[in-house]
Amino acid sequence: MKVADPVASSSPWHFWAYFNAHLHQDLTWLWDHVWLSALPVAVGLVIALPLGWLAHRYRWIYPPMLSIAGLLYTIPSIALFVLVPPIFGLKALDPLQVPIALSVYSVALLVRVVADGLASVPDDVVQAATAMGFGPFTRLVKVELPIAVPVISAGLRVATVSNVSMVAIAGTIGLSNLGQLFTTGFQLSSPTAYYPPIVLGIVLCVALALAFDLTIVLANRFLTPWRRAVQGR
Amino acid sequence: MISNVFHWLTNSAHWRDGHGVSGIATQLQAHMTYSFIAVLIALVIALPLGLFIGHTGRGTFLVTATNTLRALPTVGVLVLLTVMISPHFHGRTDFGYLIPTEIVLVLLAIPPILSNTYAGVQNVSDDARDAAAAMGMTGSQVLRFVEFPCSLPLIFSGLRSATLQVIATATIASYLPLGGLGRFIYDGLAQQDFPQMIGGGVLVALLALASDFILAVIQRYTVSRGVSGRFSNKSITVGGAAAADIVQAEVAVI
Repeated sequence: MKVADPVASSSPWHFWAYFNAHLHQDLTWLWDHVWLSALPVAVGLVIALPLGWLAHRYRWIYPPMLSIAGLLYTIPSIALFVLVPPIFGLKALDPLQVPIALSVYSVALLVRVVADGLASVPDDVVQAATAMGFGPFTRLVKVELPIAVPVISAGLRVATVSNVSMVAIAGTIGLSNLGQLFTTGFQLSSPTAYYPPIVLGIVLCVALALAFDLTIVLANRFLTPWRRAVQGR
Repeated sequence: MISNVFHWLTNSAHWRDGHGVSGIATQLQAHMTYSFIAVLIALVIALPLGLFIGHTGRGTFLVTATNTLRALPTVGVLVLLTVMISPHFHGRTDFGYLIPTEIVLVLLAIPPILSNTYAGVQNVSDDARDAAAAMGMTGSQVLRFVEFPCSLPLIFSGLRSATLQVIATATIASYLPLGGLGRFIYDGLAQQDFPQMIGGGVLVALLALASDFILAVIQRYTVSRGVSGRFSNKSITVGGAAAADIVQAEVAVI
């Protein structure tokens, strides 16, 4: 039997026809998914940089700060989504609850990464910079942070890729993002399976995670040109 | 709001089963059962496999391959497997939702256990391995008496990380609709009963923390003091496992 209309077909391989048929809606969800995944990591990095520096500079802060970060990271995402409003004094369903929850996760993950990244800077490099007359702040910005970039970007990759998956979970409590494709597909799958929106959602989520990953890898290469010079030798 | 959540959690009527509605005690038991089965299956698959790959150095591509599974959106895979499998079950049975959920949970739990077991065996110092061989131990004795005990700390961090992910994802299974503590989150949302929804979130968070604590206690009493370097009475830390697993992931990335 030949399927005349790929849009009406429930075959998993016709997800692209589904995408084209619901282009406007799908692009809105994709865009919401992009900023919901990226913004919390950026916010998390901005907060984690000073905290991680503190934990590196004053070693006694490191163990308690990491314990708190580990505890926060232990709380499942769906639980944190619904716990954020009462803790931050928001309405029970607030558009800010998911970005705040994901930012909390990003901070919890990146604090450790920033502190470990700064600790990975060789001691003689720090001493050389000091001997050249760098003050503590310029030394941090111009010497220590650039050298810590590979470790920090490895943490950023983990944070963004897991964010893409957690944003889709937020879709199950009604937030606008690619997770809505799974809800749509689930609702349309009664009584018989209707695959296109579900497969489209998985494909777009994986593509988005890969795109973020690639962006961070390229940014890492761009920010650490000396590593290529050493490898080329 | 917080006092309403507290009242919801402390009302004994919510803990018992009511008219066609399961109480907190029943859903907690269901949540723990789903999670325990999944972690157990994953452990039976991933632990021997990780030990084998780490000991022989063969099949390392499997570790990389399972790590790429992490990029898949969990909800999407859960819904996909559900619409594939559930139409084959009719009548009053949960199997149509239970089987896809267990598959997803096992798939989630395998990568952290496998990669941490592999990394643990890999990280055993060559000196210890050589000394064992020099004492006349066979390959399998080296694995059982040297490599396995030495890699236990990393294996436990993988197991703890896997357990947390399984408990988190078992919550989402209530969206399907399956039992478990997520029931309260999704039912509370549907009924606009926010104390119930937030109370469900509190229960899931407490279950995750309690499970991690229990595994931390088991880890403390099974890992040799010679390996953990724990000769003083240091306290047990909860929540370090997830972070430790991420550092492993980073090492694999770099």
